[in-house]
Amino acid sequence: MRTTGKENLNDKDIQVILGTLLRAGVIISMSIVLIGGAIFLIHNSGAITDYKVFKPELGKFSSIVAIFKGVSTFQGDAIVQFGILMLIFTPIARIVFAIFSFLIERDYLYVLIGFIILAIITISLNGGIAH
Amino acid sequence: MSVLLFTIIILLGAFLAGLLGSLTGLGGGVIIIPLLTLALGVDIHYAIGASIVSVIATSSGSAAAYVKEGITNIRIGMFLEIATTIGAVCGAIVAVYLNANYIAILFGCILIFSAIMTLKKKVDHTTLDNTDKWANFFKLNGSYPDKGIDHPYAVKHVPGGFLMMLFAGTLSGLLGIGSGALKVIAMDNIMRLPFKVSTTTSNFMMGVTAAASAVVYLHRGQIDPGIAMPVCIGVLTGATIGSKILLRAKTDKLKMIFAVVVVFLALQMIYKGISGL
Repeated sequence: MRTTGKENLNDKDIQVILGTLLRAGVIISMSIVLIGGAIFLIHNSGAITDYKVFKPELGKFSSIVAIFKGVSTFQGDAIVQFGILMLIFTPIARIVFAIFSFLIERDYLYVLIGFIILAIITISLNGGIAH
Repeated sequence: MSVLLFTIIILLGAFLAGLLGSLTGLGGGVIIIPLLTLALGVDIHYAIGASIVSVIATSSGSAAAYVKEGITNIRIGMFLEIATTIGAVCGAIVAVYLNANYIAILFGCILIFSAIMTLKKKVDHTTLDNTDKWANFFKLNGSYPDKGIDHPYAVKHVPGGFLMMLFAGTLSGLLGIGSGALKVIAMDNIMRLPFKVSTTTSNFMMGVTAAASAVVYLHRGQIDPGIAMPVCIGVLTGATIGSKILLRAKTDKLKMIFAVVVVFLALQMIYKGISGL
């Protein structure tokens, strides 16, 4: 794989960008979770928790649309959920970036593999909405 | 329990879970789930949803550092991610329909297995025999830098490793854990990768695998912000500090003590699961 010096540098660049992308994704999304958590605690610190039985029908922010609605009205738990959504999209963004970098390297087999992984995640996304 | 107290307890517990998980190599998810279900009485479906979020946070955070060092084999990672994401989505869908008691029993068994795996001496299986036709077709053979020297390695038994990854992905989606122990078996023992490459590549894959099942969990209402928030903040903080200590500390004794604690937790989960059937 490492034939010429130029190609080496190219590989290294991609690794550095990939690393930065992952780190930035984690830092940004966790900051959003932290802010949302603070707002949530200020408003709800006295409320009583109840997680003894799984009640999926009570989940307020189980779709992207619901999360955005909640964020627009500045609800703490919606902001937390938005941060979690960003966190979930961090590794997915990494796949998209990898597809581009393999495209530049003209490694079309791995461009295809990247698209297969994206397709699996997209199918599960749609399957989830259908429920 | 009030929301404030609940959040503080989980934050502390998750911090400890992240710290010990990274020091012993077991991961934070396998500790936070027993803590939530056994100590706080949280339904295992919520515990799994929160745990998977913390898996994404910690694995993406540490993968960032490894990728920059150039040890991670991105091709192997992406190739095997096909298997782990398919498995994860299937596992996450099955988990929704599975009774919480069965999940608890299965979780306990995997926990015991993982604890044993961290104690086992690792045997180096690396090879330079680059004749595997799958490995050549998918360009999986590579090299990694260590102290300025490039160490080449070859990959064997690609279909076997792929199948094992499918299984690892399914368990990850079913139980909300990174299932690092199984991934390392697939890569060390079956595909004959060097430890450094297999651990960092497994970490690299964990984020995408967990994201695939997290998407399903989110839509099923298994990710509750009230639990996921303290869990992911606590685990990530603990794991970050743990990885800094790890470079200086001797962890053999800690691993031993911790394995005993984990087995004890696992037996309790199995007992609770069986008695609830």
